Amino acid sequence: MSVDQATVRRVAHLSRIAVTEDEVAHLQGELNAILAFVDELGEVDTTGVEPMTSVIPMTLPLRADVVNDGFYPERVLANAPAGEDGFFAVPKVVE
Amino acid sequence: MSDLTSLTITAAREGLAQGSFTATELTQAYIDAIEPAGDLNAYVLTTPEKALEMATASDARIAKGEAGLLEGIPLGIKDMFATEGVRTTAASNIIRNFVPPYESTVTANLWRDGAVLLGKLNQDEFAMGSSNESSAFGPVVNPWRRNGSEQPLVPGGSSGGSAAAVAAHICAGAAGTDTGGSIRQPAAFTGTVGIKPTYGRCSRWGIIAYASSLDQAGPIARSVNDAALLLRSMAGHDPKDSTSANLPVPDYEAAVGASVKGKRIGIPREYRVDGMSGEIAALWDKGADILRDAGAEVVEISLPHTKYALPAYYIVALAEASSNLARYDGVRYGERVPGRDIVELYEKTRAAGFGDEVRRRIMIGTYVLSAGYYDAYYLKAQKVRTLIKRDFENAFADGIDAVLAPATPSAAFGIGEKSGADPVEMYLQDVFTVTLNMAGLPGISVPAGLSSEGLPLGLQLIGKPFAEQELFALGQVIEEAAGRLVVPEKWWL
Repeated sequence: MSVDQATVRRVAHLSRIAVTEDEVAHLQGELNAILAFVDELGEVDTTGVEPMTSVIPMTLPLRADVVNDGFYPERVLANAPAGEDGFFAVPKVVE
Repeated sequence: MSDLTSLTITAAREGLAQGSFTATELTQAYIDAIEPAGDLNAYVLTTPEKALEMATASDARIAKGEAGLLEGIPLGIKDMFATEGVRTTAASNIIRNFVPPYESTVTANLWRDGAVLLGKLNQDEFAMGSSNESSAFGPVVNPWRRNGSEQPLVPGGSSGGSAAAVAAHICAGAAGTDTGGSIRQPAAFTGTVGIKPTYGRCSRWGIIAYASSLDQAGPIARSVNDAALLLRSMAGHDPKDSTSANLPVPDYEAAVGASVKGKRIGIPREYRVDGMSGEIAALWDKGADILRDAGAEVVEISLPHTKYALPAYYIVALAEASSNLARYDGVRYGERVPGRDIVELYEKTRAAGFGDEVRRRIMIGTYVLSAGYYDAYYLKAQKVRTLIKRDFENAFADGIDAVLAPATPSAAFGIGEKSGADPVEMYLQDVFTVTLNMAGLPGISVPAGLSSEGLPLGLQLIGKPFAEQELFALGQVIEEAAGRLVVPEKWWL
């Protein structure tokens, strides 16, 4: 499969990465090179093969459903680009 | 006392125990060696004051007879590991100023055992690369050069800074990460020993995530015994990582030097890929001879799905990466580029913060997971992954104890040589290493000789799940026969 320029723009938007018009053609070539490479998998007969879910057989451990961490908003916010009153600050989302 | 940096960890432990030198002297020797090695660009941050504080504490514990396994040993840490209060960037501009308020489990284990932090090591951005050229801090230069040449070579990647620093003797050992070969390929390019343990052996908690079903931490060291010591400290169960294995950690050092007589070693015929250099083929034969001479039985085996491991890897890894890297949105941490609304803020922040290779990988990952393509790509790749793992299971069921293969298709290449228009050319670097990550198996890369141009070449041994001891025993046989490799000239001084 290969992608056209409209698909490159759509994937960039889904990825939440802004791309300029100049970059689209360039990205299209690179993405198609990678997609051509992975298309080789089409040769493999995978009829009746289960998809891998865990390389090591294990059951997911459970823990008690209790609060066991937290209560330090200043540490949580220490690396935030913008914070106010113990919250992360972002542009207005709801009108 | 400048020769203290030439000691292996094993030798430095003895010297510290006998009082031949102090942890402070050892640490100072490394700090003095790092300073003039700026041309290598191996460190993205040095922490000399913290190192000396930790060394002073080590000296106090040694004096009290309370020395830990790695007491007073100065280490470098790949910048994928969160280190509390010490800037951690994954070599990306998007978290260029991130200072973690917590410590990764693997590094916490190293400090628990007395190791000393010299600083954070350069790498490919978010561990995505095989040459260390995708770092936001610029490429790392391999301390090795071709005979009679001054051309700068790559150290491999993504743990390129780790491998270069260990080879250049500007840290005694390093902690790296390996998603598709990121410990073993740079180890092979720099004449060092690197092991990717079984998936689940080391906790992933506090390691910046690239592809969660493939990522594992492991050491890069100057000898097999050093690697065994480091892995023993790094490994272990961690309730904070639900995929961490609840199994006791063996004394890996005890396995170094164990007999390999009667072990059955498989040579997978599918690894003789088109275009393999004569030098690599000869090295592989030499490795088989070494193991045969030590009493192992070497037999040809078949791992029929080998050629599909790399394309399947690039689907699985990139899909997981697109999901893991969604967190870098300019809201909770990292750099932010303002926008009119939240979507524009995300898009501008991520466009500015991610480098070209990371952006490419996120976009491919997003594409293969998008509506209508999930079954054709992601599900198909996970089915192929089952077949790749089954190949190894069949070989082990037939009585094979370990598999011998080259670590890389070539020796180190020049900076800029493979960064052309086709990203796939670089991806082929991982052809021999990526199968293990797909199958969750442990693998060790051990230096086995020099190329005709004087560059290190490595062999890889692949083991059964949680059979790292076997790899240390076999690796030691290769190390003893081939000899340890030391950079011939510290040209950066």
